Amino acid sequence: MLSYLANYLGYLVPAPSAPRHEMAVPPTIAATRTAVISTDRLGRRFGDTVAVDDLSLEVFEGEVFGFLGHNGAGKTTTIRLLTGLLEPSAGSARVLGLSPIGDGPVVRRSTGVLTETPALDERLTARENLTFFARLYGVPEPRTAARVAELLDEFELADRASERVGGYSKGMKQRLALARLLLHDPQLLFLDEPTAGLDPVAARRLHLLIQRLSRERGRTVFLCTHNLVEAEQLCDRVAVLAHGRLLAVGTPAELARRLVSPLEVRVSVGEGEGDAAAAALRGVGGLSPVTVDGGATLTCRAPREQVPEIVRALAAAGTRIFAVTPRTPSLEDVYFALQETPPAEAQP
Amino acid sequence: MNWRAIRALAARDLTVVRRSRAMLAPLILVPVIVSVVMPALVALVPRFAGQAPGGVGNGAALLGNLPPAMRQALAGYTPEQAMLVLLAVYSLAPLFLLLPFMIANVIAADSIAGERERKTLEALLYSPVTDGELFMAKTLAAWVPALFATLGSFLVYAVVLNAAAWPTMGRVFFPNAMWVVLVLWVSPAVAGVGLGAMVLVSSRVRAVQEAIQLSGLLVLPLVVVVVLQVRGSMMLGTRAVALAGVVVWAVAAAILAYGARTFRRVNLIAKL
Repeated sequence: MLSYLANYLGYLVPAPSAPRHEMAVPPTIAATRTAVISTDRLGRRFGDTVAVDDLSLEVFEGEVFGFLGHNGAGKTTTIRLLTGLLEPSAGSARVLGLSPIGDGPVVRRSTGVLTETPALDERLTARENLTFFARLYGVPEPRTAARVAELLDEFELADRASERVGGYSKGMKQRLALARLLLHDPQLLFLDEPTAGLDPVAARRLHLLIQRLSRERGRTVFLCTHNLVEAEQLCDRVAVLAHGRLLAVGTPAELARRLVSPLEVRVSVGEGEGDAAAAALRGVGGLSPVTVDGGATLTCRAPREQVPEIVRALAAAGTRIFAVTPRTPSLEDVYFALQETPPAEAQP
Repeated sequence: MNWRAIRALAARDLTVVRRSRAMLAPLILVPVIVSVVMPALVALVPRFAGQAPGGVGNGAALLGNLPPAMRQALAGYTPEQAMLVLLAVYSLAPLFLLLPFMIANVIAADSIAGERERKTLEALLYSPVTDGELFMAKTLAAWVPALFATLGSFLVYAVVLNAAAWPTMGRVFFPNAMWVVLVLWVSPAVAGVGLGAMVLVSSRVRAVQEAIQLSGLLVLPLVVVVVLQVRGSMMLGTRAVALAGVVVWAVAAAILAYGARTFRRVNLIAKL
């Protein structure tokens, strides 16, 4: 408790020199939330291979934090470091104010991990699987049967609870793994590629569950994914990882604003006025390239602050302006921009 | 130690073993062969030997070649009885030790290497169970059933042997003191070696069969003892068995202590 409080206070009082990759925590979040995960130059090597390198970040209570990266980027290794399954080769981590290595069992009692594969015992029934894990996670014995029944019901597995899991479909196994994840009502959930291989309906249900856990229950979700659409929909903040290194961290909008520039701007003008409008825009410095699609639609790339200038140039040329639409960059744009940006430039 | 979690884990491992035909088959068949088929056949040997040309005569020659201590142990028996006692009581004794080794080894293989093979290990490692509790649970899951199965097989062996040998012996002659020492003192240690071997091997392999094959190499010294016993080159008395037990306990303790030190999450997860 004391260490947790110390961690909380430590967060409120900024460190004298912020780690190299730490950034862009909105002041409102920083002032009001507790860091449930904080890493300081965390690193892990396997022989000559660097799995996680110099990772410094903070994840706050109640947020859905996206941890993005391609396969092999170091996402799963980070989860294992944060839950005490692996010892770091460098740096340190605190989870819920505790050391994952020194206080591993306590950290793991308060966290839940959904692994990429359901990792269920297929020779046991669904009820047996849940009862077994309830005992491992310390759910009180008098409460175990009721808790298991409640979750089987919630995840629509009650009818087949006495069947061996080997006969379940992939979706059912994933639902059972989710039920297992929630058995002990963890404060912090690590989800490792949770929708990989799920059909759209099952994926949607999982998204709703994540939102409910975060917004209604105040649970913190650490979501490892390479599904950028999913991350954009669900995450309050995201971190992008490549080859074990943190490229950027922030809200998707913030990253888009900072990293994706210039924006793609689509302009609709009167029929047959496309060429005149294009000529007018070519006179505006900093736009490139200007393309005309049909006779009335133009596309160019421009910094956000140049959009009013575009409108002024078109108006001065006497074209009829129907729409000027700067396309909001998606997380996908951010992700690919980051892959092309040297790490130093991605930092704030 | 969280004994509730340890019990849950050990019980789960045994349930999983019980539900696998591949695992259950050797756990049933081998004890049946060792404790029912073999004493029944051995009890018949003197009678068949008596019908074979020169049978009992050859047996008598064999008995004459035994070490003096063994000849003394068999003094007072007729040649048929002596042959039966020699085979059933002395020659098969080391073979019986295969039971605790094999049972502990197979259960531990399914419980440790099998966990990795079935991809259930990762979820277990993410649970709050400590490394020590995990090791304790895996140890008990293999050791306790091996002890009970050995004890049960010993009782069955005694009943079958005494019944089948009744026409030759005309009385209850089994077990003797050496067997009591063997079963109560040496067998648990042998089970510990079988289990410890699996703990060591399981952290290095990914499949159950591979683990069983590798750790099975440890059974070779036992096979040598069996051969020596059957040839009559070495006959273990009660004291020798008790002393052998001390050695086996020391080996088991060393292997298990080393296993406990190396059976850690950080090592187990690295192999996933």
